[in-house]
Amino acid sequence: MSRKTAIFILSFSLFSSLWLPALLGAAANPPLKQVTFIPQWVPQAQFAGYYVAEETGIYQRYGLKVEIISGGPQRSSAEYLKHQKADFASLWLVTGLNLWQQGTAVVNLAQIVQRSALMLIAKKKSGILRPKDIEGRKVSLWGSPFEIQPQMFFKQYDLKVEVLRQSYSVNLFLRDGVAVTSAMWYNEYHTIINAGINPDELTTFFYADHKLNFPEDGIYVRKETWQQQPELCRAFVKASLEGWQRAFAEPELALDITMRNLKKEHIISNRVHQKWMLERMQDIILPAHTQHQLGHLKRKDFQRATEALRSKGLIEKIPDFNIFYKPLAGE
Amino acid sequence: MNWLRRCGLTFKMNLLILSGVTLVISAILSLSYNITRHLMVERIEENAFSMAQATAYRINALLKAAEKIPAGMALTITKLQPDDKALKSILADRLAQNPELFGIAAAFAPESDEPPLSFYSRYFIRSYDRIKESPINYDYRTHDWYQIPKILDQAIWSEPYYGLSGRTIMTSYSYPFYREKQGHTKFGGIVCVDLSLNWLRNVVSSLKIGETGYAFLITRNGTFVTHPDLSLVMNETIFSVAESRGNPRIREIGRRMIAGEKGFTAFTGMLSAKKYWLAYTPLPANGWSLGVLFPQDELMANIRSLTRIMLGLGIAGFFLIMLVIRLISKNITKPLRALAQSADQIASGNLEATIPIPETRDEVGHLALSFTEMQQSLKDYIKNLTETTAAKERIESELNIASEIQMGILPKISPSPFPNHSEFDLHATIRPAREVGGDLYDFFMLDEQHLCFTVGDVSGKGVPAALFMAITQTMIKAQIKTHSGGVSADTLTQVNNDLNRDNPSMMFVTIFLGILNISTGELEYCSGGHNPPYRLTPAPEARVQELASTDGIALGVMEGFTFSSKRLTLAPGETLFVFTDGVTEAMNRDGELFTESRLEKLLTPLTEQPVTEITDQIMREIDNFSTGIPQTDDITMLVLRYKGKREKGGY
Repeated sequence: MSRKTAIFILSFSLFSSLWLPALLGAAANPPLKQVTFIPQWVPQAQFAGYYVAEETGIYQRYGLKVEIISGGPQRSSAEYLKHQKADFASLWLVTGLNLWQQGTAVVNLAQIVQRSALMLIAKKKSGILRPKDIEGRKVSLWGSPFEIQPQMFFKQYDLKVEVLRQSYSVNLFLRDGVAVTSAMWYNEYHTIINAGINPDELTTFFYADHKLNFPEDGIYVRKETWQQQPELCRAFVKASLEGWQRAFAEPELALDITMRNLKKEHIISNRVHQKWMLERMQDIILPAHTQHQLGHLKRKDFQRATEALRSKGLIEKIPDFNIFYKPLAGE
Repeated sequence: MNWLRRCGLTFKMNLLILSGVTLVISAILSLSYNITRHLMVERIEENAFSMAQATAYRINALLKAAEKIPAGMALTITKLQPDDKALKSILADRLAQNPELFGIAAAFAPESDEPPLSFYSRYFIRSYDRIKESPINYDYRTHDWYQIPKILDQAIWSEPYYGLSGRTIMTSYSYPFYREKQGHTKFGGIVCVDLSLNWLRNVVSSLKIGETGYAFLITRNGTFVTHPDLSLVMNETIFSVAESRGNPRIREIGRRMIAGEKGFTAFTGMLSAKKYWLAYTPLPANGWSLGVLFPQDELMANIRSLTRIMLGLGIAGFFLIMLVIRLISKNITKPLRALAQSADQIASGNLEATIPIPETRDEVGHLALSFTEMQQSLKDYIKNLTETTAAKERIESELNIASEIQMGILPKISPSPFPNHSEFDLHATIRPAREVGGDLYDFFMLDEQHLCFTVGDVSGKGVPAALFMAITQTMIKAQIKTHSGGVSADTLTQVNNDLNRDNPSMMFVTIFLGILNISTGELEYCSGGHNPPYRLTPAPEARVQELASTDGIALGVMEGFTFSSKRLTLAPGETLFVFTDGVTEAMNRDGELFTESRLEKLLTPLTEQPVTEITDQIMREIDNFSTGIPQTDDITMLVLRYKGKREKGGY
């Protein structure tokens, strides 16, 4: 008996008890299905659940081999989904509705972010303490889908403001080029704090606090994919939700994975920022004091968003809630 | 502190002096450390500031130089309004002329913000020492380099960003230019130059601050542009570091830095707990802030080594002083100890013990000399004492002899002085106050029928009185023989004259002289100023009665005095009690006298007692009365009992 053979037999006999069920299971299931997923922005803790599901083998366990395409300014997840460059995409609810309007039927498989993290931030020293103080001031807003809530907010408070298009940084706000800036709670807000402005020096307006809670990140798939491979879609969603649960349960692991993916894409960031982001994601994905089921889209939230879009004249075609949303629970 | 009293001199001196010395050394050390540290920190502050400022000026100068290029170009574009070809040529030329620049761009504002948008821009970059065009194919209106200077209406340095290669950190200086249109000045676009920050990193990292000191640069947002730890650069802000380290102080300093303040403060490292001093100063050109960290341990190493040396010196001094104290205390205590030993010997009686005299003339030397003198005085004193004692012993022995002689002069009482005479009983006793006394008694037979007896008391006591007594006694004996069968009064008159004749010391004597006819009981007596004797008559009268006075005076007082005598007849059984004033003037503790009345009372029951019993009893009473009081006067008693004529019928 050669030495190699001996080692093989030894290790086989030793580890067969561990390996065998896995091998048998793998043999019992069909080979991993290759799918692609694109989040709407670059790798960061906003998408920690997906990266955790991918790196810790959760997708694999569900028979999936998921390639996560890095989103970003040059890669719109809506475009990728629309043009079939990705099987699954993370989109805002309003973006998903907008795709319907543009003629791309998409299905919401899970509503991940329940509470809108979009907000307006002003410096107290600029004299802005209440919504009405924004009247006539320079406000920087991002483009679609980020300007819908602000527009409704201004309307709600009857404000005339000078809107400027906001870049990807908050430098214009930091240099006092605008009085009010748009921000995501989990991202730009913390960037501003870590540019040396103390939280007590800021006035914040969360749209969610002004009856403008539009659910944000959700998992979308093209309607035909859903119709052709519902099991695949369910597997992806289940695995992704499990990824999120693991990310919240093991934040350090989630941060390690996030930082690794972030560096791979040469994203400028740091761990405390990602930690902040992950903690805030937990706040908006599983809002406290609500009877909430992870990944569930509430009909009320859906209606509020569609109403808002219709009233702004942004959409005419409104999909039926049951056609638009295909929850796991609907099985 | 009781234990301290029991400790030796050396220990006490060590304890007290060394405690003081330790206190002083500690105070000096701590003071010197603090002062030196203070001076050092001042020096470091000065140094740190000048270093930070010099570096900041250097960087600022480079930034200022770069600022001039877009300013000039903006003017060119505004004034000359070059066409596309000219613009390209201008941009390329400028880039070629300024090797420190990485790229140069001119981006024009669209005619209108409404679609269709007419973007027009030219951008040249340096690539491998060649100048090439790199088109801007994105909507630059929402990019910081374009938007911020446009809105702020001022030239601005951008936050750093990664260049196209993804490795070089760049910053851009954007300068807005304006166009005149129908008399209105309108925003025309931005001229922008790109600057690699590699040179800046070189400048900052070239600062040599000891072994572990370093400098860092942060932007207006607090982002690290340079730092020895490259993981911080671009990724972290000073505030995110503060947050991840949970150190609000770093955040506070960061806020001051980005606010354009200057400062000097104690600081911990960005990534460790190492202590530094931080000097920070802003770059005026772009509002960034340069921090220079001076490692405290390195800079304080000198102070610490100085302090260590001083501590070493202090400890050495401590032991030196300990040694000196040992020597001093030895010098003091050694002779003291020797002195103490000698004193012990002297105390135990060895007066010949040698006293060590130290050579020093200090207090101990003085003490030793005093001891020597004391020893000599003691010796002299004891010598004197010995001599005096010897003299005293001699005198005492002589006095004893004198006493024996005196007692020898007195007639013998026992055995019975007159064994052949049963007509009377006679007993006398004398107890001198000193070895020899001034009292006297005497008795002798003048002839077969007559018994002569005397009791006297010489003024004064001791030897002179004894001698005077002896003279008086001799004279009485001689005179009474002369006047054989004569009268007692004549005898005393004669003796008085003889005594007066040669009595330079003016002594005198009281005397009672009696002559008893033993056949008849007839008594002739004469008193020379003596206490009157008692006549004791037995029962049934049982009477004690003073003899009638003869009005005589003491002998030796007045020459030519004529004494007279009296007579009485004693019945058989009657007794005469003759005594000196030593009896009646014996004193008790309270200064009371024995007195005649007490004597009379005592004698009354004794009238029939044997004569010896009478003297013994009275002597006992006197002793009782005067218990504890030394005898001050000679005591003499003579008792004579007449018993009557002997019955001769017997033979």
